[in-house]
Amino acid sequence: MDHPSDAAISAVNVRKTYGKKENAFHALRGVSLSVGKGESIAIVGKSGSGKSTLMHILALLDSPDEGSVLFGQSDVSTMRTAQVNKMRNTHFGFVFQQFFLNGRQSVLDNVMLPLVIGGMRPSERKKRARAALDAVGLNDKVKNRANDLSGGQKQRVVIARALVNNPNIIFADEPTGNLDTQTGEQIEQMLFDLNREQGITLIVVTHDPEFAAKFDRQINLVDGQIVSESRRAA
Amino acid sequence: MKFSDILGMASGGMWRNKTRTILTIVAIFVAGFTITLTTAIGAGVSNYIDKQTAGFGAEDALVITVASDSTSTGPVVYNPNSVNQFGQSFNAITTEDIAKIEKIDGVTKVTPFETSSPSFIQTSGDKFILSSQQLVAGQNLDIIAGSQPKNGEAAQIVITPEYVTALGFKNDADAVGSKVTLGVLNPLKEIEEVTATVSGVMNDSLLAAGRLYVNDTLQSKVTTIVQQGLPSTVTESFFAAVATMDSTDTATVDLIKADLTKEGFSGQTIADQIGVVKQVFDAITIVLTAFGVIALIAASFGVINTLYMSVQDRTKEIGLMKASGLSSGRVFAVFSFEAALLGFWGSVVGLLGAWGVGSIVNQIASTTFLKNLPGFTLMQFPLPSVIGIVVLIMTITFLAGALPARRAAKLNPIDALRYE
Repeated sequence: MDHPSDAAISAVNVRKTYGKKENAFHALRGVSLSVGKGESIAIVGKSGSGKSTLMHILALLDSPDEGSVLFGQSDVSTMRTAQVNKMRNTHFGFVFQQFFLNGRQSVLDNVMLPLVIGGMRPSERKKRARAALDAVGLNDKVKNRANDLSGGQKQRVVIARALVNNPNIIFADEPTGNLDTQTGEQIEQMLFDLNREQGITLIVVTHDPEFAAKFDRQINLVDGQIVSESRRAA
Repeated sequence: MKFSDILGMASGGMWRNKTRTILTIVAIFVAGFTITLTTAIGAGVSNYIDKQTAGFGAEDALVITVASDSTSTGPVVYNPNSVNQFGQSFNAITTEDIAKIEKIDGVTKVTPFETSSPSFIQTSGDKFILSSQQLVAGQNLDIIAGSQPKNGEAAQIVITPEYVTALGFKNDADAVGSKVTLGVLNPLKEIEEVTATVSGVMNDSLLAAGRLYVNDTLQSKVTTIVQQGLPSTVTESFFAAVATMDSTDTATVDLIKADLTKEGFSGQTIADQIGVVKQVFDAITIVLTAFGVIALIAASFGVINTLYMSVQDRTKEIGLMKASGLSSGRVFAVFSFEAALLGFWGSVVGLLGAWGVGSIVNQIASTTFLKNLPGFTLMQFPLPSVIGIVVLIMTITFLAGALPARRAAKLNPIDALRYE
């Protein structure tokens, strides 16, 4: 598959193997996928199908053994680590099933983390973090410790942290996995709103068919290969 | 990421587990405390010895005596030039000898060592015995009031605080400038009196306890009385002479000593005379400091352990930070700084503890077991060595933190995020 000029990120014939020889586990066996700008994509599959590995490779957290990843017009494998770090810091937002919040720190400190890493001035990053918390409706919890929040509130903090750097793409790995149905739906809605209103590309890994059905496109992975692709009925 | 943020993150991480951090700091505290205390004692002792050395004689002074003939066994052959000093018989240095010594390369000036001393000192009340000696050029007494006697001026003497009290002065300052009467015994066992001015008050010296010092004017007056009517064989022979050397570097000193040996004399510098004392004190200080360093090494293993646990506790956090674009180098920096901060707090608390204990001990010491050694401050905390200790401990803890920090830096973000 080629890499269209309007694509946010593409994987071209990507292979990834863990372990060696007889213990080798082929997580990805030649996967090609192009994600358009502003598109929302669900990567669906059973446990061990390689869906998380594919997301990690697209998110530049892992590098493929074979094949290449293209971001904009550039091949990521030719970039230096520092450039890749910088790219993740400025263009990507992450939402994980586990919240990965620092419970002892304030909500504001948690949201600011990507900006601190990026080296932004303290006054500017506070302003941006407050704006991000505003966007997820947590402006009254700025000073609270992250541990004192409910699960749904925590995941909203995580979303605020993911969008604080105005990313092009948000990667989410089972974002509603730890939440009850009602709060899960709120989080889903919040992510789709970001996709629609701000044009942020959404790449989500899930095993929930109901959730997956709401995306522009569903990619079904079985044993490290794409077996089917379906588009949402418009 | 800004340096201040790295530091803030390191500090935040350090206090994540307060109990663990405090225990590690206590271990470093013990090491810092020990090292500071021993170096403080070392500084105090060496400062006191330096003061004593300066009071005992100039660095470029060489005390010369006639070499004793120690090669032959049995009674020593009689020498008509021998004099009796301090109950022992010495071969005296004569004026010809002095001329000979003056010719040696590197020797600028030779002054005969006058040993005549007055028998008593008095103001208006009781008479007190004393032992005095002429101040050698370059000798610096540990003066606490007034100044040391100056050569070339009217008869002057410096006394110790004990004489200040005994002679009935109100205080040290009161004694300075006062007149005292000195009784000198002539060869006919008659007392002749000499008047002198008290130029100053000095701390008693450890190496020449009870010795008072006079200037050349007073010394020559005393010598004249003591040697009144005696033949030149007596007046022109001395128990020792003091030579001033051009240079104090070892090579020159050794050369001069060799020349003196050839001429049948023996020369000793101040360093030769008190060097041994200083070496012993230095050795004790080094041994004590070594214990502190051992404690520090033990503490640094504590730091390694603490940081490994800290890395383990924060594996997921490290994963998230790396996913958000934090470079491995910065992760390393965060954990190394955390280790250095442990070192910083441990050493600062240790220093303050040692300083507090030192102040109390100094206060007690000056009124009890060091009462007879005025001018001796047992523990001293010179700023450069204090800063040096903090830097040393921070460096060692920083290095100890390198292993765990490396582990943190090498974490793969995905593995770290998956870590349970």
